[in-house]
Amino acid sequence: MKSKSKSSAASAENSSIKTGAQIIVDTLIEQGVDTMFGYLGGVLLPLFDRLYDAPINFIIPRHEQGGCHMADAYARATGKTGVVIATSGPGACNLVTGLATAMMDSVPMVALTGQVRTELIGNDAFQEADTTGITRPVTKHNCIVKDVKDLGRTIREAFYIASTGRQGPVLIDLPVDVEVSKCKTDGSKKMSLPGYRLRAEGNARQISAAAKMINKSNKPVLYVGGGVISANASKELRAFAEKAHLPVTMTLLGLGSYDQNKPESLDMLGMHGSAYANYAVQECDLLIAVGARFDDRVTGKVKTFAANAKIIHIDVDPASISKNVSVDIPVVGDAKVILAQLAKEVEHKERKEWFKKIADWKKNFPLRYDKNSTIIKPQYVIEELYHQTKGQAIIATGVGQHQMWAAQFYKYSKARQFLTSGGLGTMGFGLPAAIGAQIAKPNETVIDIDGDSSFNMTMTELSTAVEHKLPIKVCILNNGYMGMVRQWQELFYNKRYSKSYLSNPDYATVAKALGAVGMTVDKKADVPKTIKAMLSEKRPCVVDFKIEREENVWPMVPAGKSIDEMDGLDILESMA
Amino acid sequence: MKHIISALVENKPGVLAHVAGMFAARAFNIDSLVVGRTEDPELSRMTIVVIGDDRVLEQVRKQLAKIVPVVKVQDFVGQPVVARDLMLVTISAPPAKRAELLSLIEMFKGKVVDIGLKFIMVEISGPEAKIDAFISMCRPYGIKSVARTGTIAMSRQA
Ligand SMILES: Cc1ncc(C[n+]2csc(CCOP(=O)(O)OP(=O)(O)O)c2C)c(N)n1
Ligand SMILES: [Mg+2]
Repeated sequence: MKSKSKSSAASAENSSIKTGAQIIVDTLIEQGVDTMFGYLGGVLLPLFDRLYDAPINFIIPRHEQGGCHMADAYARATGKTGVVIATSGPGACNLVTGLATAMMDSVPMVALTGQVRTELIGNDAFQEADTTGITRPVTKHNCIVKDVKDLGRTIREAFYIASTGRQGPVLIDLPVDVEVSKCKTDGSKKMSLPGYRLRAEGNARQISAAAKMINKSNKPVLYVGGGVISANASKELRAFAEKAHLPVTMTLLGLGSYDQNKPESLDMLGMHGSAYANYAVQECDLLIAVGARFDDRVTGKVKTFAANAKIIHIDVDPASISKNVSVDIPVVGDAKVILAQLAKEVEHKERKEWFKKIADWKKNFPLRYDKNSTIIKPQYVIEELYHQTKGQAIIATGVGQHQMWAAQFYKYSKARQFLTSGGLGTMGFGLPAAIGAQIAKPNETVIDIDGDSSFNMTMTELSTAVEHKLPIKVCILNNGYMGMVRQWQELFYNKRYSKSYLSNPDYATVAKALGAVGMTVDKKADVPKTIKAMLSEKRPCVVDFKIEREENVWPMVPAGKSIDEMDGLDILESMA
Repeated sequence: MKHIISALVENKPGVLAHVAGMFAARAFNIDSLVVGRTEDPELSRMTIVVIGDDRVLEQVRKQLAKIVPVVKVQDFVGQPVVARDLMLVTISAPPAKRAELLSLIEMFKGKVVDIGLKFIMVEISGPEAKIDAFISMCRPYGIKSVARTGTIAMSRQA
């Protein structure tokens, strides 16, 4: 009323008195949020009251960690910023694993947490936790809003920070009194981030120097990480690789950025990468890293990693450059822009000898498993999934051997097709990730390739999938072990399987009890038809595959070794 | 090797915790960290002395710049720089030793800021090495307690 008498008609239209809760909902909608995940609690009631009739699809997980992974996978599958809400104290604490998972893999997310009344902060109030203190190391940025006047701007800034530069989770802590206090809003979309600057273009001179180096190289390798997918630069990457004629290897998170069905694909590199990728990297004369960060699972012993190669490193995060490996030509900026520019400047080069060598490595050291075994091999299940889904499914995973087999034996052709916790390696990610992805992509086939132990961690979310009638598929590669741990115990602890065996429930029964479809397969011959039945299910469907219990992931670079010092090549050879 | 890094940061709660937490999480070695207001009420300046080689320094710089409320990061490599510490030190000073001590303080351009029957408190500022030298000169008399600010610095062109 006041504003009407005072200001011009135009600003009167935009300005109104709102509660903090209303500002939150309005700003979320302004930011394009149509789906969010989260859990209630006392200090969030004013906000949930405003969400009651908001045009936002709201998914309640069974545990905040699940909700956080769902929002994360929603973001990974779409590129949009995922949103999760949790209450103060225990709710906020339950987000920590999910935030750390998103942080390590640079996933854009906004987390909103309830907080006790401003005047109680610091008094050990009921359900008080120092949420910004606890989550600071696992978020790109966080803050607490103590004045309702700052609320809209802070949320806007959170979305901007989460989704730009090197993406990541941003958390905003919301004391309940801020949700209920009122202030006049004026429709302004201002932000105030004097310390947040982006470099998009990439230095033109550096790009030209990189192009020259590429044109000169006889044995280049393009090493692609998740940054290319985050930057939506898969198309530009493919065009660049094709124009310059480069072999392409990907990190776990980079899978999908380049089409693995192409002969130039070297598939994944690193600890459980393909031998041909690791050999090519070790022998290349130029390594072109794009959106990758020279993680220890990729480099093995850093000193000997691509030791004879010049290195070009393209990354949006200047701090990633020369952190682990020193670089000859750094290019800081957005991969999409830089790759497009590079493609213009590079020349096509035949590199016959190099590609011949690569073809030989691919022929001599393929990924293999024992196809004649009468027991169900996990790799066989994944290959069958690959064939029956024509390579088009979205795959989520837990962490362990099954994750590595899912990376090795499903061939990805599209960005955002493979959703896995790479940096943090969070068991329990698979099921909630599949749920988040299915909500984002209702018409796609979404499969969680999971381990028994990983599934145990978050299987309660199955009832979330049932509630929302999501046709997700869960394939448990059930070896009755924390398989990856058992493999290390076999190899490095003299087969003393200390505490790594599991006493599991009957998953088909659990699935049925929660309202999903449950099936068990223990005969190899039943694998194809069970997968077929699973794929035609409209309800959430869990299939328990009783696989070879002591299968190992090969090849393997033991910790601290160079990546061409792989174990298991002889074992793979013997399976030919 | 010691490096001085200066960071302008937004004057907001949590910034110091963020910076200190980042140093701890990344296992960087802080020798000293000083925070104070600037001419702009929205900004504070942190002066941090880190120990490490050039590579560490580069990472520290980049990781600091990544923190959202950190507005500007500067190191002083290759620049003439003025770097100063401030110290308060209480030295035991029985009457018999006083004259001797006072001339020492004079030599170091220190200032007596408190005095008792058996002690004097001295304020002294200057480059770190000068402060260290003063401490070692005073040690034989008996140092009761020391409070130092850590280094603040500015490049001469600034
Ligand atoms: C939350 C969490 N806890 C512990 C680990 C350590 N860890 C890595 S793999 C693994 C075993 C995974 O077992 P399972 O899910 O059955 O997969 P498998 O290796 O058998 O395929 C463990 C315990 C982890 N990555 N995440
Ligand atoms: Mg297992």
